[in-house]
Amino acid sequence: MANAIEASGLRKHFGPTRALDGLDLTVRAGEVHAFLGPNGAGKTTTIRVLLGLLRKDGGDVALLGGDPWRDATTLHRRLAYVPGDVTLWPGLTGGEIIDLLARLRGGAADPKRRQDLIERFDLDPAKKARAYSKGNRQKVALIAALASDAELLVLDEPTSGLDPLMEANFRDCVNAERRDGRTVLLSSHILAEAEALADRVTIIRAGRTVETGTLAGMRHLTRTTVDAELDGPVSLDGLPGVHDAVVDGARLRCEVDNAALTEVLRRLSAVGVRTLTCRPPTLEELFLRHYSERPVATVQS
Amino acid sequence: MTSSLTGTGALAKLALRRDRIMLPAWIYVVVIGVCANAYAFSKLYKTASSRAALVASGESNPALLFLYGRLNGTSVGALTAWRYGVWGALFAALMSVFIVIRHTRADEEAGRLELIGSAAVGRQAPLVSALAVATLANVVLTVVLAVALPLIGLPATGSLALALAIGTCGLAFTGLSAVAAQLTTSARAARGLVFGVLGAAFLARAVGDSAGAGGPAWLTWVLPLGWTETLRPFGGERWWVLALPLAVFAAGTWLAFALAERRDHGAGLLPDRPGRPAASALLSGPFSLAWRLQWPALAGWAAGFAFIFAVSGAAAKGIGSLVGTSSALRDEFARLGGQSAIVNAYLSSLMLLAGLIAAAYGVSAVLRLRTEETDGRADPVLAGSVGRIRWGLSHVLVALAGTALLLAVAGVATGLGYGLRAGDTGGMVARMLGAGLAQLPAALVIVGIAAAAFGMVPRQSVAVGWTAVGLAVLINIFGQVLQISHWVLDVSPFTHAPRLPGGPVSASPVFWLSLVALGLAAVGMATLRRRDIG
Repeated sequence: MANAIEASGLRKHFGPTRALDGLDLTVRAGEVHAFLGPNGAGKTTTIRVLLGLLRKDGGDVALLGGDPWRDATTLHRRLAYVPGDVTLWPGLTGGEIIDLLARLRGGAADPKRRQDLIERFDLDPAKKARAYSKGNRQKVALIAALASDAELLVLDEPTSGLDPLMEANFRDCVNAERRDGRTVLLSSHILAEAEALADRVTIIRAGRTVETGTLAGMRHLTRTTVDAELDGPVSLDGLPGVHDAVVDGARLRCEVDNAALTEVLRRLSAVGVRTLTCRPPTLEELFLRHYSERPVATVQS
Repeated sequence: MTSSLTGTGALAKLALRRDRIMLPAWIYVVVIGVCANAYAFSKLYKTASSRAALVASGESNPALLFLYGRLNGTSVGALTAWRYGVWGALFAALMSVFIVIRHTRADEEAGRLELIGSAAVGRQAPLVSALAVATLANVVLTVVLAVALPLIGLPATGSLALALAIGTCGLAFTGLSAVAAQLTTSARAARGLVFGVLGAAFLARAVGDSAGAGGPAWLTWVLPLGWTETLRPFGGERWWVLALPLAVFAAGTWLAFALAERRDHGAGLLPDRPGRPAASALLSGPFSLAWRLQWPALAGWAAGFAFIFAVSGAAAKGIGSLVGTSSALRDEFARLGGQSAIVNAYLSSLMLLAGLIAAAYGVSAVLRLRTEETDGRADPVLAGSVGRIRWGLSHVLVALAGTALLLAVAGVATGLGYGLRAGDTGGMVARMLGAGLAQLPAALVIVGIAAAAFGMVPRQSVAVGWTAVGLAVLINIFGQVLQISHWVLDVSPFTHAPRLPGGPVSASPVFWLSLVALGLAAVGMATLRRRDIG
């Protein structure tokens, strides 16, 4: 089986709101796949369909080779899930919840791994869940998932409450999972996280997939940001492939389609270049473009 | 206005908005309870001599003194104050506890106050607004009572005293709740703390009232609930007694502010005890989880049932002489089966009451499913290898077992209470156990309605479940008084349950009610399987 998750044309609406509108998502077995989109794009809805908590209204979806709705109980033995908004039973301790979640999956947490993770994430397992901060609640769910022997980890914005130190810990853990051959679906709107961890990326907006592939492959489709200090003013007017050019005396800032780079650089060197920075767009910029350029297909009825 | 109070008005408005149904409902229940009793006494005991006889037999019955307190005269007003003074005050106290904790510690525990605290809202504003809303509720309750009672024909002075007795008791517990909200980190524990004081207050005055001459009568004076009696509404009012609950209110408010100044947001003064760092082998699946989540509440209900029904059972011994003083009541009971059936009629009414309250428990236990779902705690369970039906059944089975347990406790406690005073304890316990459990199928039909609603119309399930309980109470408690048609009476499952002890026993209604309950639960589970979660 090559793909852990395969969804195509996935549709789901809540009353008049179309939450998923033909979403495609393919996660290969053994990869860390980042699932990106702004708030309300449909990331959590997709994950809840994959978990069999919501019933799809249309499209095809396969999870670990099975039907996530029909085979939920058996499939869930093979996956572990960390919800985006972790709410726990206030009267139970963190340690109890870690064990309970493992047992609900039909296994038991490996005691050594459990202990390692508790120490690594610096969690007090004897505290009642009501006393935990958001970050600590998230740690409980993360430890339960990471201590499991699941072949697929479904993590919905898993670091939104963690401090930078714990976030680094989390990255190490995910890299270790990849080495162990586990598949990870990581939903996020923290782009640095996806850049640091993901083998492949799917970007969604308004319930639809707008881009999927490796980050390298996506940059190929996009632009380079050029910042230059010149000996004199330059004119790029009428040059195809140049966007958002700002000329301020001898300073230039613009975005250039990669195909037009040669011509832009030729004109710059003709004027004389003092400093020049060319950099690939960060994921933030990719992201912004997807949400600012193409107006969102109306989501209301 | 100092900066620590900024935003109080806005928060109070928000609280009133959130409580716009709950508050009028509480006030309505207390006012209707008091007024209905006053009205009933004025109709059932028209003559002074019939009332004097009632008072004489009431004063000689320790169980009634225990439940309702001492009598301060033989007027209709004094009887009303006796029958509903302490209980009205108890309800006002409960209302105040719920309001204050809901808008202070519960919001703080849920993290909502943090959001509010980050806005331009003073540090003390949430506490002030909660106190203001609770005070307003008690003032409205007092005013409505003071206006409504004279309309029924009671003297205005006594009415005002009774209204103030009830309202100031609510205020006293407003102050106590404000303190409790500072002490614990969980709303549940804060409520528990005040309920403990409330229970102690009830017991103190109950023991003080019923111990008889030479007993510790001073106990009535110790805690708030007793002050409704010592104020003597309709019986030569002692107005200065009102200073006692008001002093508790003032002291509680002052202490709460002092404590709130000294503690951190989210923290309490009583430490949270650490728990187990790992789960015991018992906590292994959805069923043990449901039990773990629900048993503390069930234990509380069972203790309450044991207490109330033991006392009520003990009161049955004197019920014959009590009824004998009212010709209207005597006729009523004669219609039900003659003088000899009075005790049986009383006991079977108790069991009907037990059935209705147990059904309310069962509904609350089933609706825990909905809370788990909306709070997002169902997701991690269902994302485990747990099917929908197994998860649903885990809480439904707790509801079923809990309802059965409560009815068994009600039966055994009533049997013990009555048997120990009237003799044949063993036989009475066995008879009343059977009588209690005879209500189980009817109660389970109501529980089944909540389960079916949870599967079919999850968003409306809370409303549907409690409406079912409310309708059953309305039909079976007030139905005969209101003389509504038997078509309506037949709608309630409790109309079809055997009226034990004394009534005929037939297997067929038990069978049909059980079948309906089972069918409703099955519909709930089947529809739960097909719908979205969340």
